[in-house]
Amino acid sequence: MTVFVIRRLLQSLVVLAATAAIVFVGVYAIGDPAEMLIAPDATPAERAQVEASLGLDRPLPAQFLTFVVNALHGDLGRSFVFNQPSISLILGRLPATLELAFVAIVIALALGIPLGLLAGLKPRSATDEAIMTGSILGFSLPNFWQGMMLIMIFSVWLGWLPSTGRGTTGTIFGVETSLATWDGLRHLILPAVNLALFKLALVIRLTRTGVRETMPLDFVKFARAKGLTERRIVLVHVLKTIMVPLVTVIGMEIGSLIAFGVVTETIFAWPGIGKLLIDSIMRLDRPVVVAYLLVVVSLFIVLNFTVDVLYSILDPRIRVGRGA
Amino acid sequence: MTTLDAAPRAVAPAESDSPLARAAAGLARSPKAVVAAIVCALLLLTALVGPALAPQNPYDLNVLDIMDAKLPPGSESMAGQTFWLGTDGQGRDMLSAMIYGLRTSLFVGVFAGVVALMVGSALGLTAAFLGGRFDTIVMRLVDLMLGFPTLLVALILLALLGQGVGKVIFALVLVQWAMFARAVRGAALVEKNKDYIEAATMLGLSRPRILFGHLLPNCLSPLIVIGTLQVANAIAAEATLSFLGIGLPITQPSLGLLIANGFQVLLSGQYWISVYPGLLLLTLVFSINIVGDRLREVLNPRLAER
Repeated sequence: MTVFVIRRLLQSLVVLAATAAIVFVGVYAIGDPAEMLIAPDATPAERAQVEASLGLDRPLPAQFLTFVVNALHGDLGRSFVFNQPSISLILGRLPATLELAFVAIVIALALGIPLGLLAGLKPRSATDEAIMTGSILGFSLPNFWQGMMLIMIFSVWLGWLPSTGRGTTGTIFGVETSLATWDGLRHLILPAVNLALFKLALVIRLTRTGVRETMPLDFVKFARAKGLTERRIVLVHVLKTIMVPLVTVIGMEIGSLIAFGVVTETIFAWPGIGKLLIDSIMRLDRPVVVAYLLVVVSLFIVLNFTVDVLYSILDPRIRVGRGA
Repeated sequence: MTTLDAAPRAVAPAESDSPLARAAAGLARSPKAVVAAIVCALLLLTALVGPALAPQNPYDLNVLDIMDAKLPPGSESMAGQTFWLGTDGQGRDMLSAMIYGLRTSLFVGVFAGVVALMVGSALGLTAAFLGGRFDTIVMRLVDLMLGFPTLLVALILLALLGQGVGKVIFALVLVQWAMFARAVRGAALVEKNKDYIEAATMLGLSRPRILFGHLLPNCLSPLIVIGTLQVANAIAAEATLSFLGIGLPITQPSLGLLIANGFQVLLSGQYWISVYPGLLLLTLVFSINIVGDRLREVLNPRLAER
């Protein structure tokens, strides 16, 4: 187990290093680095000064070293627009994004597992067909358009829910969150549902496949022979087996929810890192874009690592088999 | 993301019929898939003959009249023409704009999908055939690519590169090749140990000829499935990127850009500017996905008729 964790940790570090190199090449080497790092309205004198202070006249490997050293110190440059360290801008908005992703995953699971069970227990039935076709519809729906339709129906036509912003936030255990107030919750519903629908189809499919693969297995027959109720077999024994792939995928999907949050946050004006990214791209605020990328990649690496470790605890066969 | 379980590995071809024939036969057996395939064909046809079909050329400034702006569906223009789906902020007929948008969306999606298929399968085949270090490097790259959500990678890439049709296609190819490479490599690893490859090697055929003339045709099943689903993904991804304002430039409006225009006026009740292009986009992606899903059932023996 320890060997597995250490090996996995080393792999993660390699990925992080590789990404840092790619980001570096992407931002600093492709195109004019000064163009990207200096505010577009800078004078030639300012420009020369910044170029010298950034060491842009030095050879590329030396620049990369400085970049890495600064990044390790948590210095990813200052935002042109906010004149704040870009890393603190990102970290300041991260809670809003995490909150949205968390609520979305809870909604996706709460709806997806029962629907997947329903479809998987009666394969080829009308219910199964309907749920599966619905899930294809689910992942075909362009997420941004679906968000707009939610706004149109529930905010514009029905006037039930607010369409933009985070609402009033309160604190739970010292964390500022929209979950703490009624107004915040009302603001959270539409964006969270929009993000959840995107993952719902995946949860349904995974659960259904899991059920269909598990039901013919011997332990299910044995449980039946022991006289357990069908209800207990499905809800306890089968569900437990299905949890292994579900945990993996959900872990991975939290990452993709944060990434896809970009779309949802833009539509619902949710003040998270995704909206910050799009705003920064529009305003050519490159340091924030770089910081966003590195933070999200680190997040991904941590998530992938956690999932792998969890997975190997849930299913010990993995440790021996695939190392990657 | 959605094609998580769509990578059929180790697909052995039936001795008698080609995967294409099996795909067609399998499609025909599902009424749902037949309808979806017909819708796909109709949309493709509409896109191809688009300009001849559209009531007006929505990008010819001479035919636009600002007085016609934001008319609801079914209203008549100053010149007496009927706008069945309404007009947008510039007085453009929505139906015509959508037909032109469909052309752009389909072109970008199909083109990106096909290039990704070619790049990915060439790399996957070569990796499987050569093995060793080349295989390791390619597969590490694949793992790295698949470890990140495609939209995020494309987004960052376009943020660095800027807008443009070529750049969007480049970004889409870059995020999609890995899926093809993995699937083809999986299939090729099984195939390459079979007798016919050995026979081809004994005959002294050149490597490229063995790879692309003998190995590739036997790895077609996963390619057909993933290719279909990835075209749908590419169309959706392009629409999303364009909606966010970092995809196609305003001069080449795809369905995503049309929807983005509608977003500005959604809150003031002009729903038709975003609803209709969105429905068209949904129909397009949905029907491609239905066909792809059916193909996966037919071509993947692991899933077939259980």
